[in-house]
Amino acid sequence: MRLKTLVLSGFMIAVLIAGVASYYASSHPDGLEYVAGLTGFGDTARDSATARGPLADYRTRGVANDRLSGGLAGVLGTLTVGGLAGGLFWLLRRRDVPREHS
Amino acid sequence: MHVPDGFLDAPTSLATGAVAAAAMAVALRGARRELDDRTAPMAGLVATFVFAGQMMNFPVGAGTSGHLMGGALAVVLVGPYTAVLCISVVLIVQALLLADGGVTALGTNIMLMAVVAVGAAWLMFRLVQLVLPRKVSSVPVAAGVAAAASVPAAAAVFSVLYLIGGTAPIDASTLLAAMVSWHVVIGLGEAAITALVVASVVRARPDLVHGAQRVLAERPLLHLPQPGEVVR
Repeated sequence: MRLKTLVLSGFMIAVLIAGVASYYASSHPDGLEYVAGLTGFGDTARDSATARGPLADYRTRGVANDRLSGGLAGVLGTLTVGGLAGGLFWLLRRRDVPREHS
Repeated sequence: MHVPDGFLDAPTSLATGAVAAAAMAVALRGARRELDDRTAPMAGLVATFVFAGQMMNFPVGAGTSGHLMGGALAVVLVGPYTAVLCISVVLIVQALLLADGGVTALGTNIMLMAVVAVGAAWLMFRLVQLVLPRKVSSVPVAAGVAAAASVPAAAAVFSVLYLIGGTAPIDASTLLAAMVSWHVVIGLGEAAITALVVASVVRARPDLVHGAQRVLAERPLLHLPQPGEVVR
């Protein structure tokens, strides 16, 4: 498989997971939240400074439809991570010395 | 395992923030050696995939869920330094854009998931590689075991941090036992996802898998007779 094919298909899978499949993810508290509740410090959690942001808690503000609101936040988050990480790693990469053709 | 604001006190959060910053500085230097024209796009994909994977909470019984942490997946696919950066970028975007994990807890989360989980996974991956047959097909198995170890390792370190700087008086052994036992179970899900994804990439392009480099290098190359060489 060519590198471009691999990266593009992997990226599409990520967008589909974040944008579509995530709607069906379990909404139970995760391991840490659960244990915090169990042992009695769950309610010490405070809202973060970004809790009122436009995509806070994987919901797109202004979009009422559950599926759309979560999916859109997921896709925007995926694109942001892809852009930031992809850009960072492209800048950091070792520039290969061009090989002489024989 | 995204720690929210309020669980740990300010001095502890500052200390974990310093650890996170130092680890990222080291990783920024080290990653240059791991990244080239072929592995840089892979590393971008790994971060993207981990972000998406972290949205897929799977049930682990008794009203609890877990999700991919991604440290083992990243370390096996792109190497330890780049893995630290992959998971850090995911955590930074989650904290700032999606309010997933606290902002003052960002250093804690980077320390737990991008440093402890990645480090534990890398250590376990290399250990298991020493035991398993030196074949490309061993790589996904070693990745799975590494993933299973990485999640309880992060959970145990969280418990220790909570002992040092938790904001509520919680019994240490109760917390440690509950954190580790639940995250052992979540680690099984982590292991399954990690082994599956690594196996797919190994099948498609073993040369792009950082954790397979050593095995590939040891594989005897096909010897082609050179012009003028006597073929016996």
